[in-house]
Amino acid sequence: MNIIVCIKQVPDTSEVKINPLTNTLIREGVPSIINPYDLHAIEAALQIREKKGGKLTVITMGPPQAEDALREAIAMGVDDVRLISDKAFAGSDTWATSYTLSRAIEKLGYDLILCGKQAIDGDTAQVGPEIAEFLDIPHIAYIKKIEEIGDGFVRVQRLMDDSYDVVESTIPVLLTVVKELNVPRLPSLRGKMAAKKAVITKMTLNDLDAEEDNIGLRGSPTKVKNIFAPPMKGDRKILEGTLENQINELVEVLKSIKCL
Amino acid sequence: MPITVKIDICTGCGQCVDSCPYSAIELKNEKAFINDFCNECNACLSVCPEGALTEFALKSDLPKSINLNEYKGVWVFAEQRSGYIASVALELLGAGRRLADALKTTLTAVLFGSNEEEAKELIRWGADKVFHANDSSLNKFNDEPYCQLLLDLIRQHKPEIVLAGATAIGRSFIPRVAGRLKTGLTADCTSLEIDKETGNLLQIRPAFGGNIMATILCPEHRPQMATVRPRVMKRNLYNPDRNGEIINVPIQNLKSRTKVLDTVNESSECMINLQDAEIIVSGGRGLGGSKGFEMLGELARLLGGTIGSSRAAVDEGWIPYRHQVGQTGKTVCPKIYLACGISGAVQHLVGMQSSDIIIAINKNPEAPIFNVATYGIVGDIYEVVPLLINKIKEAKE
Ligand SMILES: Cc1cc2nc3c(=O)[nH]c(=O)nc-3n(C[C@H](O)[C@H](O)[C@H](O)COP(=O)(O)OP(=O)(O)OC[C@H]3O[C@@H](n4cnc5c(N)ncnc54)[C@H](O)[C@@H]3O)c2cc1C
Ligand SMILES: Nc1ncnc2c1ncn2[C@@H]1O[C@H](COP(=O)(O)O)[C@@H](O)[C@H]1O
Repeated sequence: MNIIVCIKQVPDTSEVKINPLTNTLIREGVPSIINPYDLHAIEAALQIREKKGGKLTVITMGPPQAEDALREAIAMGVDDVRLISDKAFAGSDTWATSYTLSRAIEKLGYDLILCGKQAIDGDTAQVGPEIAEFLDIPHIAYIKKIEEIGDGFVRVQRLMDDSYDVVESTIPVLLTVVKELNVPRLPSLRGKMAAKKAVITKMTLNDLDAEEDNIGLRGSPTKVKNIFAPPMKGDRKILEGTLENQINELVEVLKSIKCL
Repeated sequence: MPITVKIDICTGCGQCVDSCPYSAIELKNEKAFINDFCNECNACLSVCPEGALTEFALKSDLPKSINLNEYKGVWVFAEQRSGYIASVALELLGAGRRLADALKTTLTAVLFGSNEEEAKELIRWGADKVFHANDSSLNKFNDEPYCQLLLDLIRQHKPEIVLAGATAIGRSFIPRVAGRLKTGLTADCTSLEIDKETGNLLQIRPAFGGNIMATILCPEHRPQMATVRPRVMKRNLYNPDRNGEIINVPIQNLKSRTKVLDTVNESSECMINLQDAEIIVSGGRGLGGSKGFEMLGELARLLGGTIGSSRAAVDEGWIPYRHQVGQTGKTVCPKIYLACGISGAVQHLVGMQSSDIIIAINKNPEAPIFNVATYGIVGDIYEVVPLLINKIKEAKE
């Protein structure tokens, strides 16, 4: 079984702050991490490989420094990694990213592809299903449990808005995973050593059968027009007087809108 | 348009470097340098105190691959669950109606599964026309048949805008549709407008965990597609006398490599579903423990509402995840949102700030939750809430 996991290096958004004067992100000192959902995808893939054997390759598309994310994956115990990186890929939106990743995956060969549910920088959750469409394979999104991987099929539980579905698919298939699936392991000491020594293989545009019109900024149908700070509601009113009076005022409000 | 640095003006102060959400600006030889990761978002332009960053016009070498004017009309994918139209579909009809009116065009709903009565409901909620694939096999959501049907309809009728809910269903199969059509898809929008000059759809959405908002365009491809976050768009007024056309869509040869074997409803202790609740009493880390939620539960019951929470309270294990409100939880829009011991981090605010009335109780007068509160009480929840409970009981007698 050939397993591919797609991971993305993202800024740790819990550390991102906004500069209220310029309405822009303060990125200084914000660490880059593996997208948290992707760690669950790696963990799931490791468990499948432990049970079923096969080869597990982790890929990421991004700038040269995304190599760090791949080293972390090696430390967790994956077999192989690829850094998909080329100037020509810069400025990709989800369409161009999915297209490019699908070309790389096509080259590598696959039975099972795992992605995180979404990346915490863009929060789009689109790349997984779009990769599946480009490869012309089925996908199942928001997997919270893998029930069985059999001969040529998988059966999983997918999270819906107010229930969950049990879904079966033929293999090859792409799955996107949520946090409930597992607890990602920490890197072992041996893994960390291996990660340090590993030579990271790169794939550039030349290594892919990709059409230039479909990659990078040029291949991206969406454009970011501008970014701005989230607007705030302006009707702030702090109640005053004794606590008793404040509560009475609140109760009057509740009455006036017929809540009481 | 690409960004360029006027080297002679740049002082190398580095403010633009920090402003770039894509890490696309570096300092080289003490001058700003735009690297390959520039997304042309223009975030840096207003930051430079010297005005050294500018856009430069580049003649588009893109062949206009499609004739944009061929694409007309606004479409809404009306999601149903177990045969009933989901509330998000009605919200989309509200948003879609406003866009269609701004563009002076028609609003079409697309319904897979369910029944004719529900199709008529879509018209009463604002659609001019409904494409209805009336087949019970579609009552259960399955990506490939949904994708195939919607693709065929879009290719045949060429709408200029297609909206769907940013729900488990919409976020799963709409990306495949956009992928195949080679068009842009903007995820999880919280606001949609028409650009008066170009007629393009301005798609506004939070990014970076809700820390910033971005306006996204899809200028050269059609249809312009977006998923829209539930509970942020306003519905139209229901009009039982509204008429429209229902067009049956035949289904044939739908193939699928995935099979939905079973649907399991998770029993919910919520008295009322969070997203349908009119009153939400929400607690955060300030409660200090799960006991606090018992007190909030009493208040919620008195008001006929339900319980929400911040992520901090969920992470502490005081309350299950399904109560979480915010960026990674649910978006809610109740009549009253009562925030108790919640600081008001942006990630929480994006999930509740469109509530009609926000009441905040927090002992820290500087807490950002007060910036969105309609009524704020600075005080200890363990003093305020019991008193409030008593007063409400009195008022009810
Ligand atoms: C990618 C990402 C996604 C996120 N998604 C969400 C999300 O969906 N929802 C969410 O809520 N958060 C989310 N967060 C977390 C968010 O950033 C905050 O950490 C969280 O909302 C804080 O919760 P809190 O307000 O309960 O806790 P705190 O920030 O610790 O605030 C507690 C408040 O209680 C007050 N207080 C303490 N004791 C008392 C008392 N006795 N009486 C009155 N007031 C008291 C304090 O003054 C303080 O203001 C997300 C973060 C990230 C990075
Ligand atoms: N640049 C990338 N390289 C590799 N995988 C990616 C990349 N972008 C997104 N993904 C995968 O797609 C998932 C969803 O990302 P998104 O659609 O950006 O929210 C992530 O969790 C990753 O598994």
